Amino acid sequence: MTDIETELRVRRIENGTVIDHITAGKALNVLKILGLPDSSQGVVSVLINSNGKYGRKDVVKVENRELNVEEVDKIALISPNATINIIRDFNIVNKYKVHIPSFVEGVVGCINPNCISNSNEPITSKFTVDTENIFLKLRCYYCGRVISENIAEHLL
Amino acid sequence: MNFKDQPIISMRNFSREMIDHILTAAEKMEPIARGEERSDLLSGKILAVLFFEPSTRTRMSFETAMLRLGGDVLNLGSVDASSIAKGETLADTIRVVDGYVDAIVLRHPKEGAAHLASEFSRVPVLNAGDGAGHHPTQTLLDLYTIKRESHLEDLKIALAGDLKYGRTVHSLCYALSLYGAQITLISPKELRMPEEIINDIIARGAKIKEVDTIEEAIRDVDVLYMTRIQKERFPDPAEYRKVANRLKITAETLKEAKKELKIMHPLPRVNEIDNKVDDTPHACYFKQAFYGVPVRMALLGLVLGAIE
Repeated sequence: MTDIETELRVRRIENGTVIDHITAGKALNVLKILGLPDSSQGVVSVLINSNGKYGRKDVVKVENRELNVEEVDKIALISPNATINIIRDFNIVNKYKVHIPSFVEGVVGCINPNCISNSNEPITSKFTVDTENIFLKLRCYYCGRVISENIAEHLL
Repeated sequence: MNFKDQPIISMRNFSREMIDHILTAAEKMEPIARGEERSDLLSGKILAVLFFEPSTRTRMSFETAMLRLGGDVLNLGSVDASSIAKGETLADTIRVVDGYVDAIVLRHPKEGAAHLASEFSRVPVLNAGDGAGHHPTQTLLDLYTIKRESHLEDLKIALAGDLKYGRTVHSLCYALSLYGAQITLISPKELRMPEEIINDIIARGAKIKEVDTIEEAIRDVDVLYMTRIQKERFPDPAEYRKVANRLKITAETLKEAKKELKIMHPLPRVNEIDNKVDDTPHACYFKQAFYGVPVRMALLGLVLGAIE
């Protein structure tokens, strides 16, 4: 695909954030985690199953909003290889990889129906993240139940 | 080691040093627990006992522990007659009650309830069982019983019964792994301990073996920890009877056992331990129930800062 063809599909943004190298098929989950488009005034473009250097990938472009590290690191739960590019005047001014956080709050719901976090208590779900294995494990802060598969299915 | 104002939520938070510290404190409480000595260690202190589920042993032994140390107890009473029946959240209940008392004991049907309570409470919360989750004071009294009646070092222990759902055995295994125990698991295939828990326990230092019958394990072990198999776990009553009969301790089964073998059970029992076993020197379950008092006295003394 030429640059022009790419340009026609999803145009370059002047200011904002480009989340690149999202695991193919996970872009909509990324939007969910970041609360987009509700948390943004600008246009949000999504490219799914795009050709990348390392195979298929998704890309999300958020115009006129620079996402901070804490919010984007949550993406690592479902797409650990994603990269974040902060764009100003069409130039990348900052680029970094997401890091798997050791603790996440309000992103994923506990799979245990009898967990206190699934009741009407005034709390948000919290998980500690175990990265010792190649597979991520989320342990519920309240009941201790572990989520090790299909994390995206349990996004709040 | 400072336990003052610390919540007691899960055995996962305890190191071996912390457990040893509590068990040593419990030993000092024993004469008071037996009524041989009087104490006013917790005089002027009030303990709230919030039980959202029925319990006899745990509730009474917490209340006894507080009273034996000269403290007072405030009981929630029936949940049906309280504001909880009107739909109050646990978080609100805790924020109200912590203004009345110095510590809270909580039993609740939802897993993680004690964690939540400790987030909202100004005073220390002691978890007396949260759903199928944790029941740390039961584990501590089990460890205390093993220490007093057998030994925690080089322990060979068999756990029999419902090892799938039984929270007491999971929690006890985690704690025993800190002491490098050799654990034999005896259960019907429907009620085997979940693999994830077994792997976790092995990773923490315990040695585990699984067998089908008590007879296969009885000769070698220092402690046999029995648990109740619940009828509801089996769709077929005939299957339940078959399994329950296979995992039953009788005087006959004990013929092969070591002289020093101790039999423990968190109680209530149904028919997994024959009444005739009660009169043998192996029976240890009523003592175990008593040991809940000095252990809970030690915990209350520690979290209320009356002892160190």
